Amino acid sequence: MDRKKTGLFLSLVAFLGIVISSPYLLAEEQEIPKKFFVPPPPFSPGIFPCSQCHQGMPVNRKPRKLEMHQDIVLKHMPGGWCFDCHNPDNRDKLRMANGKLVSFEESYILCGQCHGTILREWKAGLHGKRTGMWNGEKQYRLCVHCHWPHEPRFKPIKPLPPPVKPSDIK
Amino acid sequence: MKKVKKTREGIQLDRRTFLKGAALGVAGAALPSSNADASFWDSFFQKHFQEMNEAEIKQVIERLEKEYGEKYKKAITVGNEKAIPGVLFGYGLDLSRCIGCRRCEYACVDENNQSKDPQIHWITVLRFKKGEKWVDLEGSDKYYNPDLVPEPEYFYMPVQCQQCENPPCVRACPTQATWKEPDGIVVVDYNWCIGCRYCMAACPYGARHFNWTEPNRDPEEINTKTHYLGNRPRYKGVVEKCTFCIQRTRNGRYPACVEACPVGARKFGNLLDPNSEIRYAIEHKRVFRLKEDLNTYPKFYYFFAYGV
Repeated sequence: MDRKKTGLFLSLVAFLGIVISSPYLLAEEQEIPKKFFVPPPPFSPGIFPCSQCHQGMPVNRKPRKLEMHQDIVLKHMPGGWCFDCHNPDNRDKLRMANGKLVSFEESYILCGQCHGTILREWKAGLHGKRTGMWNGEKQYRLCVHCHWPHEPRFKPIKPLPPPVKPSDIK
Repeated sequence: MKKVKKTREGIQLDRRTFLKGAALGVAGAALPSSNADASFWDSFFQKHFQEMNEAEIKQVIERLEKEYGEKYKKAITVGNEKAIPGVLFGYGLDLSRCIGCRRCEYACVDENNQSKDPQIHWITVLRFKKGEKWVDLEGSDKYYNPDLVPEPEYFYMPVQCQQCENPPCVRACPTQATWKEPDGIVVVDYNWCIGCRYCMAACPYGARHFNWTEPNRDPEEINTKTHYLGNRPRYKGVVEKCTFCIQRTRNGRYPACVEACPVGARKFGNLLDPNSEIRYAIEHKRVFRLKEDLNTYPKFYYFFAYGV
């Protein structure tokens, strides 16, 4: 009997402990991500800020074929369209699925909402290219420096010439 | 015993004395004439690098800088940065990302002053057919030349010096011209190497390369920032190899191949630092080392960051 009571008490304490500490755990997780040394986003010349054209333009939220931006063919996320990432109300920001606005300089946060494991590895220094110092300040790159966001898969490139075969040495 | 006899005909030597004298004369003629500059003798009597003190190393470096300056008509600095304490260099290469573009191979040549003709490349990119017994290195192709890479049916594996913890090349060297530095880099002293190429035979990775002729490189393209144990200009008849860009990494920079890789497949860092990129790769990814069964303990880790 006594043992049972003790067990109940202990489990109650454990439960309360979890309940009380959970807001702190959450707070830690939602901490604002550390800033990384990234170069400015690779905008096409003259395209940013977007508001220079979009200011005062009526917002049309209906997915459709655009008259502008014809060069962009979206090959990322089938069925997706502009406002999945771009913010209709303030074009100079990106918008996450939860409505939070993200600047273009921190676009990796936006990418990370789907590619979470990649973002984790990018922060750890595994995914993506680093230049600079192995024991000091590293130059990170935004996701969009290597992956064009509208068609993120790498295009094949020309390899540099193969080494000279011994049989070809004169 | 009297060897020289004077007769009416002149001086008569016995056969043995004549041969001795002749040998001395030939040896004397083989030595450089009296107008050979002092630097020849300095280099002839140079001590082993690890036995020299700071002043002697400084002298050697000054001599080399002068020699290179005369040869290439530009100022070339020869560094002698020591290993950083508490550092053991490790390298990671993500095979799931490498696209076989050979950018690393040529960035290495630009950085490390290899001969262009005859060509010496410290990195070899091997191509393997997917889905076959690929650890069979003999069946790989290093001369592939498609229009575009990556090709869907192949994958690629760059191989360079694996900087073994137990390097068979070092044991093979009869003159101790190659050794492992405290930070794990296996280096060659080009002034001590006699060109016997035993180390090349001992290396299971084909990572060592021989200068069959005087290294041939456009003086315009010489990288003037060099290290005594790294990318300083080499001589005919010496062996050379990847040094993890010792002239860069001992100053905290990434190796040239890491910075050249367009897909970020190459990782570099300190194996003793638990927060380094290379440790992250080893702890979180599937990692293997090339020819592990030979007990060479390479510090070059191949891994798969993504899928297979």
